[in-house]
Amino acid sequence: MDATLKKQLEIFAVKERLLLMEGIFNAKAGHPGGSLSIAELLAYLYNVEMKVDPKNPKDPNRDRFVLSKGHAAPALYAALSLKGFFPTEDMKTLRKSDSYLQGHPNMNKIPGVDMSTGSLGQGISAAAGMALAAKLDGKDYRVYTILGDGEIEEGEVWEAAMFASAKGLDNLLVIVDNNNLQIDGTVEEVNSPYPIFEKFEAFGFNTIAIDGNNFDEIEDAVKKAKKFKGKPTAIIAKCVKGKGVSYMENAVNWHGAAPNEELYNVAVQELTAALKELEA
Amino acid sequence: MSEIIKTATRDAYGKALVELGNTDKKIIVLDADLAAATKTGMFKKAHPEKFVDCGIAEGNMMGVAAGLASAGYTVFASSFAMFAAGRAFEQVRNSIGYPHLNVKIGATHAGISVGEDGASHQCCEDIGLMRTIPGMVILNPADDIEARLCVLAAAEHDGPVYMRFGRLAVPRVFDENYKFEIGKGAVLKDGTDVTIIATGLMVNEALMAAQRLADEGISARVVNMATIKPIDRDIIVDSAKKTGVIVTAEEHNIIGGLGSAVAEVVCETVPVPVLRVGVNDVFGKSGPAVQLLHEFGLDADNIAAKAKEAVKLK
Repeated sequence: MDATLKKQLEIFAVKERLLLMEGIFNAKAGHPGGSLSIAELLAYLYNVEMKVDPKNPKDPNRDRFVLSKGHAAPALYAALSLKGFFPTEDMKTLRKSDSYLQGHPNMNKIPGVDMSTGSLGQGISAAAGMALAAKLDGKDYRVYTILGDGEIEEGEVWEAAMFASAKGLDNLLVIVDNNNLQIDGTVEEVNSPYPIFEKFEAFGFNTIAIDGNNFDEIEDAVKKAKKFKGKPTAIIAKCVKGKGVSYMENAVNWHGAAPNEELYNVAVQELTAALKELEA
Repeated sequence: MSEIIKTATRDAYGKALVELGNTDKKIIVLDADLAAATKTGMFKKAHPEKFVDCGIAEGNMMGVAAGLASAGYTVFASSFAMFAAGRAFEQVRNSIGYPHLNVKIGATHAGISVGEDGASHQCCEDIGLMRTIPGMVILNPADDIEARLCVLAAAEHDGPVYMRFGRLAVPRVFDENYKFEIGKGAVLKDGTDVTIIATGLMVNEALMAAQRLADEGISARVVNMATIKPIDRDIIVDSAKKTGVIVTAEEHNIIGGLGSAVAEVVCETVPVPVLRVGVNDVFGKSGPAVQLLHEFGLDADNIAAKAKEAVKLK
């Protein structure tokens, strides 16, 4: 990847992390771990890959994004606000009773959100429906969806995978955030979804494994997916849950808890230092 | 005497879909491997390019329907009531109801009249389930004429609709001039002693019950309530005021369906006795459909008996 672009994306990802932490801290609730893990994926999709226009968020020809792991809403909102879909200041209102920034994505309230999600396993079905609509309409827009590795324990994910493959939805890109943790522990401890790669391959997907916090690997995989015809692509992205905030990294207890003021300040210090270094 | 025309409402559903497919409306029909039974097969034959079989995966079908609707399609998603409302309840709630997407659920094989397949397939819970989803419209037509009009009205309605159809061929109640409007009940026969509010195949039974009651000197008003949600409050209040007692009749569990919906309105407005005819909170069983309907008390005799009981409460 071009060095200038990579730096821009790295800066964007740190800004996402700062904003999502601000939202969760002010809400005193939310899901920081699985939001921090997908910052690079969102940064790449929204800055490089997807055709979307913050001035015309309902453009019928836009690319679609469905956050199937809807609890990572703070990361999506951070990316959307940085792209200008709504003011970044509004991140402070996350989960408040008078805010449009609902705890989980709401397509009717939040500009740039293409599907209401939150109940795990359902977003990928809707994404497949959108990809089917593009095919039926002869349009060239693509559909992107991010799932959690715990989420794929839901049977509906595999109904959708079978469907997307059977209908040849090569305009659908499924990304699994394989951060290895879910609420009750590691995914192996709870109800192992492994082998994930082989499962998607067996369901008829073009399957690619990457480091999901590495922009070079993200770019390479997403470009390959776009070129691949006849089958949908699944990117199994190894990500670090809690990435960028030292005490949250690979820590199961930060799945769905907000930091207190002291720990929030630590997160801000770490992320601000990372931002300064990148901008230097 | 003219011959009684009998048609299953599911047949009318299939035909109405074909009719819609002939218009320039942007529709798509989904099914979950039951096209021959739900009658979407008629549509598949006429408009194969607008039909997608999702296989035996109803939860995913509802999500796919949501995605298609978000891209501008009016989507008809079909399966048996048991799977459309039962198995896929949460997908209907979260992926269709919550975002208020333009998906029309065509649920066939509702109620006891599924017959021989037995309890596993006889869904008497669907109205109750669907009623609790905010913004969901529920239509339960009485015959083929009304079923067609329900489908056409659903296609024009902006938002989710649950349409309930039967497997069994039922007598035609309405003529070609019948007008249907979502949210409006209709007085089919006026009366002064008791009101029978019926839905689906129980409407014809209610009319027959009214005839028998007339022979015994009881004047029964008969109301057809094809829209269960939003329920026509005015016609319920008016009936309660005019006749003082109400009997409801439906091919559904007495819990959560039409009887409950009517009782809710009556309790809040004109508290009068409401007696319910329906499936008495039991599972069904195998048997010929018509025989089962009698066995479970879903017939004119039982409605008439309940009406007499109701009149005594006045």
